[in-house]
Parts: sequence; C-alpha cells; structure tokens
Amino acid sequence: MPFEWFVALRYLRDARGQTLLILAAVSVGVSIIVFLTALIGGLQASLVDKTLGSQPHVTLQVPREAARALVAPSGQVAVARDVQASAQRLRSIDQWPVVMADAEREPGVLAASATVSGAGFAIRGDAKAPIVVTGIDPARFLAIIDLAKRTHAGRFDVAGGNVVIGSVLAFDLGVGVGDKLRLTTTEGVTDTVTVAGLFTVGNRAADQTWLVTSLRHAQSLYALPGGATSVDLKLADVFEAERVATRLRERTGLAVESWMGKNQELLVGLSAQRSSQWIIQFFVGVAVALGIASVLIVSVVQKAPEIGILRAVGTSSRRVLDVFLIHGGVLGLVGSLFGSALGALLAKAFEGIARDPSGAPRFPVELPASLFVQATLLATVVGVLAAVIPARRAARLDPATAIRNG
Amino acid sequence: MAEPVLSVVGAVREYGERVKTRALDGADLTVERGELVALVGPSGSGKSTLLNLVGLLDRPTAGRIVLGGVDTAGLDDRGLTALRARMLGFVFQFHHLLPAFTALENVMLPEWGDRGYASKELRERSEALLRDVGLASRVHYRTNDLSGGQQQRVAIARALVRRPALVLADEPTGNLDTASSKEVFDLMRRFNVESGTTFLVVTHDGRIADQCDRVVELVDGRVTSDRRRA
Repeated sequence: MPFEWFVALRYLRDARGQTLLILAAVSVGVSIIVFLTALIGGLQASLVDKTLGSQPHVTLQVPREAARALVAPSGQVAVARDVQASAQRLRSIDQWPVVMADAEREPGVLAASATVSGAGFAIRGDAKAPIVVTGIDPARFLAIIDLAKRTHAGRFDVAGGNVVIGSVLAFDLGVGVGDKLRLTTTEGVTDTVTVAGLFTVGNRAADQTWLVTSLRHAQSLYALPGGATSVDLKLADVFEAERVATRLRERTGLAVESWMGKNQELLVGLSAQRSSQWIIQFFVGVAVALGIASVLIVSVVQKAPEIGILRAVGTSSRRVLDVFLIHGGVLGLVGSLFGSALGALLAKAFEGIARDPSGAPRFPVELPASLFVQATLLATVVGVLAAVIPARRAARLDPATAIRNG
Repeated sequence: MAEPVLSVVGAVREYGERVKTRALDGADLTVERGELVALVGPSGSGKSTLLNLVGLLDRPTAGRIVLGGVDTAGLDDRGLTALRARMLGFVFQFHHLLPAFTALENVMLPEWGDRGYASKELRERSEALLRDVGLASRVHYRTNDLSGGQQQRVAIARALVRRPALVLADEPTGNLDTASSKEVFDLMRRFNVESGTTFLVVTHDGRIADQCDRVVELVDGRVTSDRRRA
C-alpha cells in the first residue's frame, strides 16, 4: 500500500472515536442532502407528471386569423385605421399528414398525433355542460397522453359512437358507463354518443370538460372532413419542449406552443424549488467542510511531533500533505456512503408514511443512481478541500520545532 | 586520506529578532567514518542546537555543514530532506516512535516515507534489524506496549534501517534506567564495530561518554576540548 494511504488510514483507525464522530457528522450532512434532493425531485417529477398527464409536450396549430389592412402607411401616405380582431373559426392544418411526418423526424420527438378539437355542449336530460370535444387516433394519441391507463370505469373505447369522458363531467351530468349523451357542437351539429369509460387525469379542467371520441367522428362533428386542428407531440426530454417548439415554429410557420410556454408559473415554482435545494446543499456542504477541517486541524496539532519525526526521518512535505488530503477525502467518501444509505432510508420511510386515500404516496421521492454518485463526489471533494489548510499546515511544520515541542 | 563523514566549520546559530541569543558561536567539528563520538557539555552549551544543524533540521546563521562531502548551504528544503534520508539516522531521547504503528512499521518508516512504498526486501531487512536488537518476539507490537528500553531499541533499529553514514543520537539513554542504558549503548557500540556505522552521541552520562572513541566538549557554543580515548 502506498505510504500516504497507509499512514492516513492508520491515523483514522487509531483515532477511532474522533473518526466515528466526524463520520457521523458527514453522514448526517450527506443524508440531509440526499433526503431533500430525493423529496424535492420527487415532488417536481410528480408536478410535471400531473401537468403533462393532460397535455402534450408540444402542440402545432393553425395560426390565429388576423385582419390585414389593405393600405399600408408610407413616407407620403398617412393612414388612419381601426383594424378589428377577427373572429376565430375552427380550421384544419393544411396538409397535416406532411406536417406530422415532418415533426416526427425532429430529434427528440417520440410520438406525434393529429387531433380535431372543438367546443360544444353535452346534454343529459335537463343537465347541460360545456365540453371540449377531442377526436383522436387512439393508436397515436395514447402514446402521448395515456388516457387508457387513467380510465378507471368502463374501458377506453372511442370507436362506433363510443366516447370516454372526464369523471367530473360524468358526475356533473349524472351519467355512468353505458349511458347515452347528446352532443351539440359549435358548428351546430348534434349527435348522440355512448359513454364507454370515465377517466381522471388529475387536472380539474380536463376532468370536467373533456369528451374524447374518434378522429373521424370529431371531423364530422366540426365539418372538417379529413382535417386536423392540431398535431400533438411527445418528447424524450420534457424540458427540451421550448427549443423543439421554436425550431418547428420557424420551419412550419404554424402556431407552435410548448407545455413550458403554457405553464410559466409552474416553471417559476420548479426553478425556485431548485434554487432552495442548491442553497440547502451549499450550507450543508459548508457545515460538512468546517467539521472535517476542524477535526483535521486538531489532528495536525496533536500529531505535530509525529509529523516532525516523519519529516526528520526523510518523509517529504509533499507526502505529509498527501496524508492529510487523503485523510479528509476518506472521511468525505466513507461519510457520504453512510449518508447516502441513511438519506435513502429516510426518504423511503417518509414516502411510506404519508399516503393519500388511493394509497399513492403524498410525498413521492426520486432516488436515481446519479443522486448517490453526485452526493459521494460532492462529499469527497469537500473532504479533500476541507483538508487543504490543515494539510498545508502539517506539510509546513518545521521538524526540529515539532520534535522539540513534542 | 578518506573524506570525513561530517565537517562543521565555524557554525554559528542565533535566535531572536531584536534580542539575539547565540546558541552556537563558531563551533568546529570533524567526524571520521566509523567513529563513535560523544558530544558532552553543560545544559545550554549548544549540544542540541549543533545536533539539529548536523541533522539538517535547522540551518546555521553562519558557517558551513558538510555532510558526506556535500556542502548543505546550497540545498533547498527538498534537497535537505533527500540528503537527510540518504545520509542520516536519528535516535532521540524520548524515542519519538509513532504510537499508531507497530515496531516493524516504525522501523520501515524512513525508507517507506522516502520511496512511497514498502518492498518485501525492506520488510525483511527491518525484521532482521529488530531481531538484531533483541526484539524478534515484539515485531508486531504497538510501540506503546513496549518498555522504555525496548522502545529505544526500536528507535535504534529505525535509525539504522537505511544503513546511514551517520547516526545522530540525542541523549539516547537519558530516559532509561542503568541496565537499559547499558543495553542501548552496547547495541550502538555493536553496530559501530560490526558494520562500521558512525555515531555522534549527545550525552550527559559520563560513563557513556567514557566508552566512546572520542569525547568532544562544547561550552558556550564553542568546542573547548576534543580528546580521543586512550
């Protein structure tokens, strides 16, 4: 074993009580980092998951219609005008199959689906509720928003006059699986459908207004034969949505919106959480560093005569420096291993304690392998850095003085 | 004529910034290879200061220290460490063994700390030295579990492990009872005779000094007498 490692490990073993105490301090610090990161990561993932449970990552639509002024002002001509906003009507994306195929080729796009979406009313006896009718191709749409998984009553079936609706809408209308509903769309088309299933996505607006049918049915309800009002996309990395949207907007000229654009407040909240997480990690890291540094400084003072002897019998100051750097690094590394295990146990215990009525954890935690790697690296680097001052002090000890004072 | 192992020429060592204290005042000393030299003198005469200069643990204010033909004045800290490791062995009054290590590990330390690794040959050589000093059964004992005499014998083995040209012993028997003192000195004499190792021994003990080849007396930082045993 190299000399520096042997001496560092022997000193750690020799001062067992001191070593255990600082290991406990490092472990507690690292466990706090792991626990909080797992908790905040879990909450963020849950929030993002809930938000994206009812919306695609990117949506391509026809741009809003805008009135154009026939006479434009110039150097010689002054124009007085009042351009009124145009009324919007439901329009299909021009050559949507080409647009969808193009979008699918965009790097990072996992799935694409064309939909027809419009407003209307659902009527059941005297009850009447505003709805958003969404016509889909199930094979494609379910790859983007998995409503089949969220259908908790009946089955996900939108073929042959069947529809699936949000659970709150069903409650408002007093309908259940197998019941009939009458629809009236903004195009004035009326039809009767059968409720095949009820879903809950966890988003109040979606659960209260969504009625999902087949693409062909929706095309006929909104007089858009063969058309599609939007193309929805799912991405591999949800946080790439804005960049993908920008590229598609520039390329297609369509109105392309990402979930990030629609959920600015959520993103601000996530960012604030992340900042708090960094601040906590920073201060815990500082506390760990101070703990290791103080123990090592005491150790250097205690061992000054021994260091003097080592130097006197031919050990270079560089090796003495390395002994104490290794000392700090090992404390950080071993402390972080215990701390990671402790943090993971705490996080799992916390997840198990608080559950909602459905049995799902109220505080879900995320414990990816990268979290442990980061915590271990962080603590080891902090341990080595904390050892720099004591190690330099040890390396600079004058052997004669150290021996004389010993 | 062979080159002396050590030459101290007009060594001066002063301490203090405003008020200067002169611990050594132009000391001269030459030690030939194979000698066992006693350095004696009253307390405060500069014996330990001279030993620190010769041991390259300190630098003279003026004068020269030539060790094994190398003038140490031009060496930086790294050069001094390397020369110290190559040329010198140390035995201190309070043995200064490392309590966290076993007797064997303490003996291996000088070469191990210099090279960075411990070879099988070093281990065998260290074990042989511990056998030579009568500690074959204590090789793996922690030094705190050894008696004072045994600890000093480990210190002698440590001083000899690199086969140094010169061993500096600062009051090696100063902390031992009469029997242990005799054992330790006999050991040094044995290594001096059998392997030709040169010793410079600082001592207050007249009986030890009388058994050395030469007795050099230091008073007020100067060598006042240098007599050879008849």
